[in-house]
Formats: sequence, structure tokens, C-alpha cells
Amino acid sequence: MSRLPAAGGAHLVVLRNVWVHKGGTPWTMALFSVYEPILYLLALGVGVGALVGRVPGVDVPYAAFVAPALLATAMMNSALEETTQTVYGKLAFDRYYHSLLVTPVTTRGMVAGELLWAVLRALITGVGFLAVIVVFGLARSPLVILAVPAGLLTAFAFGAAGLAAAAYARGWHSFQYVQLVMLPMFLFATTFYPVTVYTDWVRMLVEALPLYHAIELSRGLALGEVGPGLLLNAAYLVVFGGVMLAVAQSRWATLMAR
Amino acid sequence: MSRALAYWLFRYRRTWQGTIVVSVANPLLFLLAIGAGLGSLVRGDVEGVPYLEFFAPGMLAAAAFQNAFIDAGFGVATARGRERVYQTAVATPLSPGAVMGGHLLFIGLRVFVGALAFVLVMAAFGLFSSAGTALAVLPAATLTGVAPATVVAAWAVTVTDFPRLNTVFRFVVMPMYLFSGTFFSVEQLPAALQSLMYALPLWHGADLCRSLALGTATPGMTLLHVAYLGALAVAGVLVGRATFRKVLYV
Amino acid sequence: MALIEASGLEKGYPGTDVRAVAGIGFQVERGEAFGFLGPNGAGKSSTMRMLACVSQPSGGSLRILGQDPVTHGRELRARLGVVPQDDALDLQLTVRENLIVYGLYFGLSLKHMRARSAELLEFAQLADKAGERVEHLSGGMRRRLTIARSLVNDPEILLLDEPTTGLDPQARHILWDRLFRLKNSGVTLILTTHYMDEAEQLCDRLVIMDKGLIADEGTPRELIDRHVTREVLELRFPPGEQQQAADKLGGDVEVLPDRLLCYADDGDAVQARVTELGLQPLTALVRRATLEDVFLRLTGRSLTD
Repeated sequence: MSRLPAAGGAHLVVLRNVWVHKGGTPWTMALFSVYEPILYLLALGVGVGALVGRVPGVDVPYAAFVAPALLATAMMNSALEETTQTVYGKLAFDRYYHSLLVTPVTTRGMVAGELLWAVLRALITGVGFLAVIVVFGLARSPLVILAVPAGLLTAFAFGAAGLAAAAYARGWHSFQYVQLVMLPMFLFATTFYPVTVYTDWVRMLVEALPLYHAIELSRGLALGEVGPGLLLNAAYLVVFGGVMLAVAQSRWATLMAR
Repeated sequence: MSRALAYWLFRYRRTWQGTIVVSVANPLLFLLAIGAGLGSLVRGDVEGVPYLEFFAPGMLAAAAFQNAFIDAGFGVATARGRERVYQTAVATPLSPGAVMGGHLLFIGLRVFVGALAFVLVMAAFGLFSSAGTALAVLPAATLTGVAPATVVAAWAVTVTDFPRLNTVFRFVVMPMYLFSGTFFSVEQLPAALQSLMYALPLWHGADLCRSLALGTATPGMTLLHVAYLGALAVAGVLVGRATFRKVLYV
Repeated sequence: MALIEASGLEKGYPGTDVRAVAGIGFQVERGEAFGFLGPNGAGKSSTMRMLACVSQPSGGSLRILGQDPVTHGRELRARLGVVPQDDALDLQLTVRENLIVYGLYFGLSLKHMRARSAELLEFAQLADKAGERVEHLSGGMRRRLTIARSLVNDPEILLLDEPTTGLDPQARHILWDRLFRLKNSGVTLILTTHYMDEAEQLCDRLVIMDKGLIADEGTPRELIDRHVTREVLELRFPPGEQQQAADKLGGDVEVLPDRLLCYADDGDAVQARVTELGLQPLTALVRRATLEDVFLRLTGRSLTD
């Protein structure tokens, strides 16, 4: 006789995802995920960086300034990839979650499991990109190691948002709207330059973006500029992620009860 | 060929508004964030001009190139694979060559519209010294997209494994997009990589667009770029006629 | 005590006045095969979802294995097996992995599932496909895998939603054989179908549903005896002459757009009368009455969707 799985079976959903990826080691997965950020680091950090020199106001080489932001966005993208289209495909076409519905796994367990998996996946990306930062000689402080756990908060926040988006999507085209939000956020949330280039009112807008706080947190730790402000950034991500998780849970509950 | 084009235009009438918004939003975002934002950190000039002026025509070429790959790669593979548009078309009096020609014309039109939107945004940034300059850049950017599109279409019609397109996009298109003198001058690259970039189509497109936009074009180099891209386009069409025929007349 | 007891069971969906299930009562005993028959939209699938404890009843009472599915849904699901209409197999896993991973969802150990999956593959005649990806399987193989999957937890009740829809005749017969074995081993089967031959083959007892209600209940034989005669004579006349012929013939005759159905205990006798009356049908066929005749009589002949 079986015992009911704990935590709504969330760990079993993670286990299933690990099983699907069993062909790839964490290193091949990391290599796959850090490839694109490395290209950006080379093109913008090193290429355009040579035109910039040291970043005014921060006084570090440009590549060292961009790298922690790319770490945060890479971890964010890993979490988003695992929770948006991947989950939507399993939800709407494979009907994977519907097949779980008749097992003791609960809807809350499914959402928690997918979020946990997304965070794990981001962890692999983060460790991989941290290695790149060290190899490129861009580590400015031993605290850069903490940028990876900080990135887990980022992955939590965006993974939860991704799960909510997947449950609200009405077709593949819906994810164009996700792109429509993510591209400007990536470009403007101080990934490539300090927030001081903006005029006051634009700056306020940018400071409201979740990615801004993810980058502030990552950059602060990587450059060794630790202050109470970082706690605020972390708190923002926790609250944003918590709200998104609540939205995702309620939407999934509605969806699966149909 | 015009009938095959008509099919794509008929489909396009439902989605064109959305694509126009994207065509305008993309250059606007990149010129603001990278050209103006990041450009504000750049000390001095790049190849004799401010960073935004250097970056904008390079980005114009890169965007045309990237959009052309997406349309010709994913568009053609989908039309042959999941949607079976081509198979339906060749069951009518249309020949494989006409099917390809019609789709390429449509891709060309899309590239042209995208380039037009980009050029208008550049004009709004005050990046052209005269209307004539803008008018010269527009066909150059279109050619930058169309030339590789014919080659990509000729290959994509044979692709049944969709992830392969993604692989080529990641490992061929993305590096070209970032390193072909678009975001920074190829002269900064190590010598070996520099020669490699000179051999690839996007550098020719970017240099063509930039030299025309900045008024630094010489007849010799312009002719070289146009000849390179033109030859590529013709080669793509010739190969495509064979691959389309082979795939569609099984 | 019955395994499943329902009375006045209802299901409505928010935003609509239509009740998919409008108050039905039935009992299922241990070890029997119980069928829900009905046209599309009759409320079969809504009923099945309530039985699977994934949808809460809007009214009435439902007890499964002596428990309330609303309060004990999770515990009950651990004791049920469900074969959904669309399979919903995990396309990214192999045949064997589908069974193992599904077993883990029930809290079963990996060690147990390694052994159990071998037995189930044998039962589903898929042992030689164990390492294949699910997307390479035929429809019949997929359905057998789905049935094997539903058995990972040794369920006391197996729910099957249209188990053979879309399968070719060979695949259907293999599947019936497997389901028959399960029934003989003591598993209670509950299935929906709109194939009358399937209901006659598999079901000890069935209900015919229409518009959210139960139109009648009984064994296949009882239902035939109650609603139709032993035999049916099918007559085909040129278009336009059907009604005229029916009027002439009299008796229990149903007029369809393309033919006449004459219900009688002795079909040959009716055919003799047709000849006596000088009627000249294009074709004439005497056959045994089937559940299909019952079904069409009870649920009507107009298209339901």
C-alpha cells in the first residue's frame, strides 16, 4: 500500500523533470545556458567596453560592471524558460498536469514543483556563469559567490511570474506579450549602464522594475558594495515572487478545476 | 509567382498591424537603450562619429539580417512541415519555383517594411543628414536581409527537425549579429576573427548601410558589398530552385 | 455495501444555467463492469470526473469506497485508476519511464515500481517497446500503456472514458480482451462509451444517459427487451415512398430519412406481409435488435452536436 506523497507531491514533479533531462549532466546544461550571456559579455562587455573604459561613478572596468547584471538576467531567463513555454506546452498540449490531477499530486504541489525545478535550473546556470566571471578575471570581490544565491531569489520571482503567465496564456502567441515586457526590461533595467544616466522620472520608472532590483542585488554583491539597500532589493524580489506565486496558485486552481 | 505571393499577402492582412508595432518598437528600444544609454558612457567618437551614429546603421543591418533568418528559416520550414502550405500549392498548377519565388517576394516585402520602420525611427533621432541618405540606406538594408534569406530558404525547406533551426540561429546567426561590426568596430577584433567577419554577409551589409548613412561610401567598396550580397542572393535562388523541387516533387 | 453510491447527483458549471448532470442516482457493486452510454453532451464525462474525484458535485450525494470525495479526494484518488480519453501520456519519457514515474506520483517506491512496471508491460503486451519514446507508439499501444499506467497502484476501481474511441478493429479487440481479464481478476470497471457493441461486450449493467439524466438502467438484455422487439426488419424504398409504405404496412414502424425500421419479434413474418401487400422495397434485411436501437429510441435521432 502506498503512502500519500508529502508536500502535494512537489518533489515528484521535480524528480520527473530531472528524469527527462537525465541525458544531460548539469555541466552541459550550464554550458547551454551560459552560451548566450557569454556572447553578450564578449560583444558588449569586452567589445563596447573597450570604448567605455571605466564606468563613471562606479569606477570599475565596464565588463566587470556588466557581468553581474548578465548573471542575474541569465538566471532569470533560465527560470522563465522552464516556466513559460515549457509549462504551457505540457499544460495545453501534452495535458501532463491533467494526468497528474487523478493522482495524489495536488495542484499546489504541481505549481510548487515546477517553481522549485525552475529555481534549480537557474542555480545550474548561475554556477556556470559565476565560473565564467572568475575565468574572465571579472570577480572584484569574494562576495561575488553570493550573487548566485541572490539570483535564486530572482529565479523565484520570475519563475512564479512565468507560471502565472503560462496559466493565463491563450495560445503560443500570448508569449509575444511576455517578450514585449521582457525585452525592454532587459534593455533598460540598468543591465548596460548605471541608473544615473536617466532623468529623475525615468529613473523612478526603472526602479520599479523587478529586474532592476535583481541586478542591483547581483551587482552590489559582485562589486563588494554591500549596504542595507541590498536587503531592500532582496525584499522586493521576495514580495514580488510571493504575490506572483499567489496569483499563479489561484489561477492554476481555477484552471485545473475545469 | 504572383499567385504564391498573393497567398502570403492574404494571410498577412490579419497580422500586419502587430508586426508593424514590433518593427517600430524594436529599433526604438535598441537605439534608446544601447545607442543613447550605453552610448552616453562611450568616451569620444567611434570611427569618427558619436556612438549612436555608429551603432544605428549597424543595428539596422543586423535587424534586417536577423528578421530575414527568422522569416526564411522558421517561416519556410513551417510552411513545408507543420502547415503543409507548399504541398497544397504544388497540387495546383503552381511550380516549386513559383512557390519559392512567391514566398521569397513576401519575405523581401517584410524585410523592406522592417527596414523602412527602422529608417523612419533613425530619421526621428535626426541621424540622417538628408532625405537622399535615408533613401540610399533603405535598399541597402533590404538587400542585407534578402541576400541571406534566399540561401536560408533553400536550406530550410529541407529541414524537418525544427531544433536544428534553433541551433543554427544560436551558433551562427547570434555571433554574426553581435560581432559583424554592429555593436562595435570589427577592427577591435583579433586579426583572424576580423578576416572571418569580412568573409561573412552581415559585415558587408553593415558596412554598406553605415557608409551610406554616414556619407563615407566609396564607389569601390559600395560596388564590392552590393556584388557580394547580390551574388549570394542569386546563388540562394539557384540552389533553392533545386531543393524546393526535390522536396516538393517527391 | 456498494462501492459507489450516488443519489440526486448534479453538476453545473459557473456562468451557465445548464446542468451537465441534472440529478442522477446509481450504485456500482464490487467486481462488476458498469457502463455509461449516451450521446455527446449527455453528461457522461462530467459524471466520470466526479467519480475520479477531480470535480466537485454541485448537488446530491456521492460516496466512493464509503468515503466522501470532496473531503477525502486525495486519499480516494490513491485508490482509483483513471484512463482518460486523450491518454495524456508523458511524451518526453519512454514507455517504461511513464509507468515508473507515474507510480512515484502515488508515493510508491522506485524499487517497487521497477518490478511492477515489468509486470504491467507484460500485461499490456508492450514489453518489447519498453525503451521506446511514447510518440513512436500506435494509438492502440498508447491506449494499452494508459491502461497499464492506471494500474500502477492496484486500483480497486478503474474508470475508463471512451476506452476504444479512434482505435482500429484489431486494437479494440485486444483491448477488450485485456479489460475482460482485469474484470475477471476482480477489478471494478466503470466506463463510458458510445459504441453499442462495446457496451454489450463489456458491461454487466449500464445506464443510458441523455441531457444530464438517466433515461434507463439495466443489463444489455433487459434494456433490449424493455424498449425494442427481438428483431428488426430494415426496408429501403426509393426516396419519397417511405412514408407511404409505412402507412400501408402499419404496426411498430419507424421512418428514417433513408429507410424504414419495422420492430417485430418475428422479422421474417413482417417481410412476408410486405410481399403480400405488394410493396417492392429496394432492399430488405432482418437482424437482431441491438443496444443501438434502444439507444436511438431513448435519446432520439437528431444530431446532438
